[in-house]
Amino acid sequence: MAQAAAAPQSYKDCRNAWVATVEALAEADPRVVVVVNDSIGSSKLNGFAAKFPDRTVNVGIAEQLMIGVGAGLANGGKIPFVSAAACFLTGRALEQIKADIAYSGYNVKLIGQSSGIAYGELGATHHSIEDLAWLRPMQQITVIVPADAWETEQAIRWAADHEGPVFVRVSRTPVPDLDVPNRSFRAGKAELVREGGDATVIANGTTVHLAAAAADLLKSEGIAIRVLNMATVSPLDEDAVAAAAKTGLIVTVEEANICGGLGGAVAEWTAANHPVRVERMGFDGFRTTGSVEHLFEEAGLTAEGIAARLRAALGRT
Amino acid sequence: MTDRSNTLATIRDNALWMRRQAFTMVHKAQLGHPGGDFSATDIIATLYFGVLRFDPTDPRKPTRDRFVMSKGHATGVLYTALCKAGYYPESWLETYMGPGSKLNGHPNRQYLPGVEANTGPLGHGLPIATGIAIAGQIDGADFRTFVLTGDGELQEGSNWEAAMTAGHRRLNRLTVIVDRNRLQQGQGTEETSSLDPLPEKWRAFGWEVAEVDGHDHAALLEVLGAEPGEKPRCVIANTIKGKGVSFMENQAKWHHGVPNDTQYAQAMEELV
Repeated sequence: MAQAAAAPQSYKDCRNAWVATVEALAEADPRVVVVVNDSIGSSKLNGFAAKFPDRTVNVGIAEQLMIGVGAGLANGGKIPFVSAAACFLTGRALEQIKADIAYSGYNVKLIGQSSGIAYGELGATHHSIEDLAWLRPMQQITVIVPADAWETEQAIRWAADHEGPVFVRVSRTPVPDLDVPNRSFRAGKAELVREGGDATVIANGTTVHLAAAAADLLKSEGIAIRVLNMATVSPLDEDAVAAAAKTGLIVTVEEANICGGLGGAVAEWTAANHPVRVERMGFDGFRTTGSVEHLFEEAGLTAEGIAARLRAALGRT
Repeated sequence: MTDRSNTLATIRDNALWMRRQAFTMVHKAQLGHPGGDFSATDIIATLYFGVLRFDPTDPRKPTRDRFVMSKGHATGVLYTALCKAGYYPESWLETYMGPGSKLNGHPNRQYLPGVEANTGPLGHGLPIATGIAIAGQIDGADFRTFVLTGDGELQEGSNWEAAMTAGHRRLNRLTVIVDRNRLQQGQGTEETSSLDPLPEKWRAFGWEVAEVDGHDHAALLEVLGAEPGEKPRCVIANTIKGKGVSFMENQAKWHHGVPNDTQYAQAMEELV
């Protein structure tokens, strides 16, 4: 399960993939800069800052400035990666993200660190479960929630190549690499993790491996569950959702608020285009304090919890 | 005439043209912010026709000087300046705030050449200009970045976040101009949340400060055209909201007041 202390050694903190990738990008392209709000340590950027001091712009604890500076650096020909705790990056500077980046159309990459409920015990001020709902209506921003370290690297590399604003969530809660052969990252496209026709789980981020484990549990009970990794929340892969709707039941799973994030996106699209039963798993509001493991279990975000929700929805209890 | 007196004549002529055009646009649209247009006209005319280096045929040329209009509501003055500077034809001005016009109530860089940022919400321009100046500092580039803020706008905390970082980084190719007309939309700045002593505030954040009559073209040209010093520069331009039209001057109600036909005719008689 997803708790840092209890995680198997093969589980990875995706921040390591983020920082290795942005360092490699900076080596190759002098336009790459990072912008932080005193968040060098929490973004694991100490090595980057030592290697590229002139390209590490630390504005101090000032998120509105941080986003404006990102837009200005893009104006000046840079490719800025603005990296900060997702809760402050999005919430504190939302109007700057809207006006300076999305509406102005500046080529800024927003890297939301320690997203979701990774700061478990610190409480709801530090949880970032509303970020997807806040950013999704700004369709100029591509919103990506990678499932593991490999996908984090791919998303960061894609963001650097893509001309336009991108938000990438980076998990600090360790996750295993997905056991999917021959992977290739395509922004805006769902990845098939498990095939099945009785229902479809659409998950992203730290919950994809849990959904896969749930499908494996149910397989032994004769229930075939399709699992999709919907890393890109916006734009949504509508073809994959349409195909999922044909299985008769969709369960969305995410480390985010069930209102407005992946679950919201899938529910909106299916209600308008392909009505089907949609169950949304995630968080239904501010959470109390507790470890990541506790908060995941409380919300049913475990392999057994997801399997139980599927059994109940399919009448197979 | 000398180059300097030629430049001053151009600034004077263009400032007059900008005021007349802007008020005509506001009269036709029955929308706009003419009080703030007129307090900023002489500053912006001095920048575009005496200070900034730009090429209207290549609006995003990397070496251009940047002008960021933080008081994005004052589009009458910005749009007439960009037009006169050669970014687009006069016919565009006639579409001001009309359906589908490129001339929004607030500027949009995605379809209006010469605009650097989509401002409107206040307190955004200086942070963006700070980022532009940091990019120039990283590259050792010699372009300059100017940003115009309102004075009431300085009540937004984001400006002071930027002031702190710009002072810390000694962004000496960055200049902020404060349009100090002492009125915000409803009443005086000093009655609302006072800004004075304003020069001392900027100095305390690590800026060099100059105060100038914001309607004196020669004085504006001297201070805005001066070579960069060691620190970022703040120019507090003391201005009159509604400058140039007797019944508008120093009247907060002309922040977004619009003229009827009689008022428009009187203003056109005065703006000569």
